[in-house]
Amino acid sequence: MKKISVMLTALLLAACTSQTMRATGDLGLVIERADGSALIVETTTHTQLARVTGLGDLSHASAVYSRDERYAYVFGRDGGLSKIDMLKGSIAGRVIQGGNSIGGAISQDGTLVAVSNYKPGGVKIFDAETLALVADIPAGSKTVGLVDAPGQKFVFGLYDSDEIWVVDMSVPASPAITKFTDIGHQPYDGLITPDGRYYIAGLFGEDGMAMLDMWNMDAGVTRILDGYGRGEKKLPVYKMPHLEGWAVADGLAFVPAVGLHEVLIVDLESWKQVGRIPVHGQPVFVMARPDGRHVWVNFAVPNNDTLQIIDVATRKLIKTLKPGKGVLHMEFTPRGEQVWTSVRDLDTLKVYDTATMKEVTSLPALKPSGIFFSARAHRIGL
Amino acid sequence: MKTPMARCSSPKRSNALPRAVAIALLIIMSAFPVAAEPSSDRQVELLYFLKHDCGSCHGLTRKGGLGSPLLPETMAGRSDDDLTAIILDGMPGTPMPPWRALFTEDEVRWMVRAIKQGTWRK
Repeated sequence: MKKISVMLTALLLAACTSQTMRATGDLGLVIERADGSALIVETTTHTQLARVTGLGDLSHASAVYSRDERYAYVFGRDGGLSKIDMLKGSIAGRVIQGGNSIGGAISQDGTLVAVSNYKPGGVKIFDAETLALVADIPAGSKTVGLVDAPGQKFVFGLYDSDEIWVVDMSVPASPAITKFTDIGHQPYDGLITPDGRYYIAGLFGEDGMAMLDMWNMDAGVTRILDGYGRGEKKLPVYKMPHLEGWAVADGLAFVPAVGLHEVLIVDLESWKQVGRIPVHGQPVFVMARPDGRHVWVNFAVPNNDTLQIIDVATRKLIKTLKPGKGVLHMEFTPRGEQVWTSVRDLDTLKVYDTATMKEVTSLPALKPSGIFFSARAHRIGL
Repeated sequence: MKTPMARCSSPKRSNALPRAVAIALLIIMSAFPVAAEPSSDRQVELLYFLKHDCGSCHGLTRKGGLGSPLLPETMAGRSDDDLTAIILDGMPGTPMPPWRALFTEDEVRWMVRAIKQGTWRK
C-alpha cells in the first residue's frame, strides 16, 4: 500500500511538472512604450502571461531573441539594453550602454548583441550572456539600420556621414571593419534580405536606395531605384518609414515610398522599379505574410487608423481595414495564419485571421507599439 | 494681420471706420481668429499628440532621438516665434516635417508653450 502511494505521489509530481513546463516558441513581446514596460504574450491561446516593467524610455524600442528563444533583448531609446527572461517574465540583466539608441541585432551564433546609438554615435557590442562590453565602435555619426549578416557580421548605416560599415566579429577581440563611403545622402534605415545576401539602406536625403551585395563586397555599394518619384511633389514625411521586415515575395520587393502615398515594387533581378501601388497614406511598415502571398501595410499619422493588404499575385489592393487610431506595428505568427497589430490609441492588440482578414480577438495593452514574436530568433536580420 | 485686429479691438476707431471697411475687417477677423486657446477637448488631443507622436522622434521622455531634445531647459532660450515656425514649416534637410497641414498656427503656439512649460508631462 505504501509503495502504491509513493508511486502515485511520483506520478502526480510528474504530472504537475509537465503541466508547468513551457517552451518559448509561441511567445512574444509587446512593447508598451509610454509605460516603459513589455507584455509577454502567448500567441496560440492569445493570452497575456506577464508584464515586465522598468525598461526605461521605449519610444522607439525593438527586440531580438537569443537562439534558444529563452531571452529577449530590448533596445530602449534611452540607451538601455534589457535582457528579458521570457519564461520567468522578469529582467535577467540590464545595462545603460549609451545616451540615445535606436535598435540592435544579435550575431549569427547568438553570442553577441550589438546596439546602434545616436548619442554617442556608434555601435556597441555586448556578450549576449553577461551583457559585458565586447567592442565599442565609435562612428562619429548617428548609426541606423543595424542588422546581423552571415559570417558573424553586423552591418549598419551612418546617417550623418553617408556611409555603410560592415563589422566582422569572427574574432571578438579585434573587430574587422569595412567602410563604404558616399553611399547616398542620409541613410535612415536598413535591412538585409531574408537570405542574408543584400543589405539595403533607405536614403532620406535623396531619392533612391543603396545596396551592398554581401557575396561580393568588393563591388562596393550600388545605387538602386535611383531617382524614384523624382519630379513629383512630395508630401511632408510625418513618420520615417521602417524597412524592417521588407516584404520580399515572388522575386519582388515591396517597399515604402518616402513622402508618397505609394508602395513601390522592385524587381530583385534588375533592382529596377517595376510598379507602384497607390495606398491610403504614407506607408510605415510594408510586411509580407510569411508565405509571401499578401503584403500588409500600415501608415503614418494622420492616416494611422488603417491597414491595407496587397495581393502579390495581382499586385493590387484587396482589403482596407480600420483597426482604430494609432496602428503602430504588426507581427505575423511564425507561419502567418494570423497577424497581431498594435492599436495604440485604443490600448489594444487586435489579432486578425490573415485568410478571412477578420478580427479574431483582441487583448488589452498599454499604448502598445512594437510586437516581436520569438520566431524571430531564427531569422537573419531580425 | 495684427494691425487690423488691433484697430478693430478699439471701439472708438471702429466707430470711425466706414461701414464697408468695418465689414471687411470683420470678415478678416473671422477668417483669422485672434490667438485663441484651443478648446479643452482639442488641448487634450494636442497634448496626446505631443507626447505620443512627437515622442516617436523626440523621445517619450523628451530627451531626444532622431529629433532634438524637447526638454523645457533646452527650449528655454528659443523664441516662441522660431519654434512655431519650425513646427509649422519643418526644417529642410532634416527629418522634421512641416505640420501646417495638421495644425493651425494658434494650436502650434499653444503646443510651443506646452513644450516650454513641460505640461505635456502627466
